[in-house]
Amino acid sequence: MASTQVLRRRIRSVQGTQKICKAMEMIATAKMRRAQDQAMTGRPYAERISQVVADLAIHSQVDGKAHPLLQKREVSKIAIVHITTDRGLCGGLNANLNRLVANFILEQTVAVTLITVGRKGRTFMLRNGQDIRAEFTGISDRPTLLETLPISRVVIDDYASGDVDKVYLAYPRFVTTMVQRPVMETLLPVEPTVVPPIQRVEYIYEPAPGAVLDQLLPRFVEMQVYHAILELIACEQSARMVAMRSASDNAKELIEDLILTLNKVRQETITKEICDISGGAEALA
Amino acid sequence: MATLRLEIVTAERTVFADDVSEVVAWGVEGQLGILPHHAPLMTMLQPGDLLIKKDDEEHYLAISGGFLEVRPDKVIILADACERAEEIDVERAEAARHRAEEILKTRPPEMDTAAAEAALRRSLARIKVAERRRRKKGI
Repeated sequence: MASTQVLRRRIRSVQGTQKICKAMEMIATAKMRRAQDQAMTGRPYAERISQVVADLAIHSQVDGKAHPLLQKREVSKIAIVHITTDRGLCGGLNANLNRLVANFILEQTVAVTLITVGRKGRTFMLRNGQDIRAEFTGISDRPTLLETLPISRVVIDDYASGDVDKVYLAYPRFVTTMVQRPVMETLLPVEPTVVPPIQRVEYIYEPAPGAVLDQLLPRFVEMQVYHAILELIACEQSARMVAMRSASDNAKELIEDLILTLNKVRQETITKEICDISGGAEALA
Repeated sequence: MATLRLEIVTAERTVFADDVSEVVAWGVEGQLGILPHHAPLMTMLQPGDLLIKKDDEEHYLAISGGFLEVRPDKVIILADACERAEEIDVERAEAARHRAEEILKTRPPEMDTAAAEAALRRSLARIKVAERRRRKKGI
């Protein structure tokens, strides 16, 4: 059995780890609230803009030729915007998303290129020898739309130039603090939600439907990317909080076990010493 | 009195959501006022001030571009950025204005003059809205 000295050192080390986990949990809790709020407050805009796009898309089809970002093309190359966190220690969040995307890539018969956001996804994809078109890291905890524009720029440019024919967006969706679900959505071509015919209305367009769509569709894509990143941050903080809570709970259990062992060992030593002494005294008597 | 439901949302938040009696905004083809029961309309907005009339009160907001959609049930403004008068940082807007004017005056070849013009319009809209508020408070 280990000596008391070794056990004491072990306990101290676990206590240190526990403190770190606890601190990370508290930081994540504080950030989580804000991140969740931000993800929620961003939803109205995302919903409204998809409504508007749906209204417009119907109209643009009437004109005969669909907008380039709405046109479905024969797919010979796929791009995936892979959104993960920069930092780890957030449970299975990144691993789950990486697995989803990796399985998807394996199923494809056409070439796949990646646009990674976050260090974790990039490292994983590089290790697996995937083709990475662009990478973005160091997105802040409170991103503004402006910060995410370069990402959407790359996506739209690649699609418009015909380099890729379909773009997916992969990110963890925030469901609850305990549940985050990795999802993959089609980003381009834009697939407008279908509006039932009764709700369709004739619009007056200023200046013209085409011009409005030219402005609106890129905005729509930017918005989706931005929103995915907000979701990611909400997921990251929640997942980290949960992971760190169970880590500090485990540390606590471990410490209790170690203290018990330590006490046993100490008591055993004492008993042994008493035995020796009393044995010696008896021998003398 | 008839009212219309107005929602102003930016990517970051919902700025305004209430029943109002009139909205006056700067569309790309000029200023337009929207009263209740307006025909469905879709337009792009240029940077400028936005007037909201509710009962007898008038509210001004600064908008840096976006879209305005009049639907049968409500009016939606998808703004790139939007501030209420009291939220505007006048000093920052003034600084942005000077910067933009400087670029437009000297026209350095490496700078994008179109972007500078847009920045100028945005800052002017903010200054205008903030000043109107200051004047109103002064009376």
